[in-house]
Amino acid sequence: MLVAGIDVGATYTKVVLCEDGRVVGRSLVPTGFNFARAAERGLSAALESAGLRREDVGYVAATGYGRHMVPFRDLALTDLTAQAWAIHRLYPDARTILDIGGQNVKAIRVDERGRVRAFRLNDKCAAGSGAFLEKTMRYMGYTAADIARLAEAAQDPAVVSSVCAVFAESEVINHLVAGRSAEDVCAGAIVALAGRAGQLVKRLRGEPLYVLTGGLTRVPLMRRCLEQDLRVSFVVPPEEEGVYAAALGAAQLAEERLRRTAQRATA
Amino acid sequence: MWGARKVVAGVDVGSTQTKAVILSPEREILGRALVDTGARLNEAARAAFEAALQEAGLSPEDVEYTVGTGYGRFKVEFGDTQVTEISCHARGACFLFPNTRTVLDIGGQDTKAIRVGPGGEVLDFCMNDKCSAGTGRFLGAASAALEIPLGELGPLALTARNPVTITTTCTVFAESEILGWLARGRKVEDILMGVHASIASRSLSLLRRVGIESELTFTGGVARNVAMVHLIREMSGVPVNVSEESHYCGAIGAALFALDHVLLGERAEAAAAAGGQ
Repeated sequence: MLVAGIDVGATYTKVVLCEDGRVVGRSLVPTGFNFARAAERGLSAALESAGLRREDVGYVAATGYGRHMVPFRDLALTDLTAQAWAIHRLYPDARTILDIGGQNVKAIRVDERGRVRAFRLNDKCAAGSGAFLEKTMRYMGYTAADIARLAEAAQDPAVVSSVCAVFAESEVINHLVAGRSAEDVCAGAIVALAGRAGQLVKRLRGEPLYVLTGGLTRVPLMRRCLEQDLRVSFVVPPEEEGVYAAALGAAQLAEERLRRTAQRATA
Repeated sequence: MWGARKVVAGVDVGSTQTKAVILSPEREILGRALVDTGARLNEAARAAFEAALQEAGLSPEDVEYTVGTGYGRFKVEFGDTQVTEISCHARGACFLFPNTRTVLDIGGQDTKAIRVGPGGEVLDFCMNDKCSAGTGRFLGAASAALEIPLGELGPLALTARNPVTITTTCTVFAESEILGWLARGRKVEDILMGVHASIASRSLSLLRRVGIESELTFTGGVARNVAMVHLIREMSGVPVNVSEESHYCGAIGAALFALDHVLLGERAEAAAAAGGQ
């Protein structure tokens, strides 16, 4: 049976199509403010990429921030559960997952069976979230795609507060007016962000193996800062696996559930 | 020597707006000006100072002493000295309303609760130094998300019949929450009243930490918002003073400190002259 995992995130909606444990299609579309429509668009795009039709989909597992707004879902899972599962399948030794996404940062501790044991979120404050970095980039006339390039070219990262995203914005403006380069400001913002994300891992009492996921893991400076700060090393899954982890985990868990239901039916 | 027309100035460089006030030796406000701070703090300070002088019909040579205050007070390069905005707001509030014992100042990026003594001296204060929630920026976020000018937010919020409860603390995340309420079909005025109530309750918790004593004087740019005044009045349970000059309170306080300096100098000069005879 074709199973769809739909991760309706705050910024992007990710869809993964699975059949008998294999990924057969995926898509990524901006979420916007209408979650139901984003889920619909994402599913259509994924089906198109796989050359499949809507009637082929037998089961839909929704996850992420907007999971309850997907009207055609059969199952809703938290993104923590879904992501932990996908990472567990990829790295069975993973015990701590740090996900730095568009709005939220999550630190998850998983057990040897891929179940969530504990987690910490920065869901109450935008300081140290991707939203702040994106704002900073937009203010300087760049996009999120330029982050890695700018950060690597920095000579001397500017000191940016990690206390409040709004106050940090004023600091960014002051740095630019004082003649600091966009490279140094961008790198400074990443250092601040990594500091906050590292705090979540410390509060969670993370254990190896550490896995780093989310859009910002593409920025090498982020990983270096985190590794230096926490004195641990992180495994970074291939980009596709990291970005689609929650959608993939949702699809995999849905398949698992279907398999068990079928077993019970035959028993 | 105090010339016939010598005046003093107070310049309050806030995070969002810069205010300047020209005060006569008789403590009369001769001129006032308000400009957006922008990124160049020294230029904003200079522009506000010159605009206030223009309103007073005076030139920079007529100013005996200038005090800078606010977050950008060290950028008032033409100023003679600096005084913190806490002291200046307390001083300004007591000048406008002599019975002031508590001051609430809600500005563009910070909110301060100050308890003052009978002479306008600061007894205790508390401010949001780590988070911009509950400041004018929260209204700015609502204004941007709903595409309604800042000045229209208050009157519109007062027409709310069924206010929403804003659960987000963070200013950045509040913008998403506002859009979420809109997507769920809630009325703009009901969302706005929720935003105002959220700021008011954050302010009240700051006020409670210093202790609310009658009378309460509400200052800063947000004091011009009628819905905020209504909520602060309702929630604090004490008489709340709001003046037309509320926005200039910090600058007025700074000018009063400038006047102190001049008068003190005059007295010292007079004493020296008397001693020399």
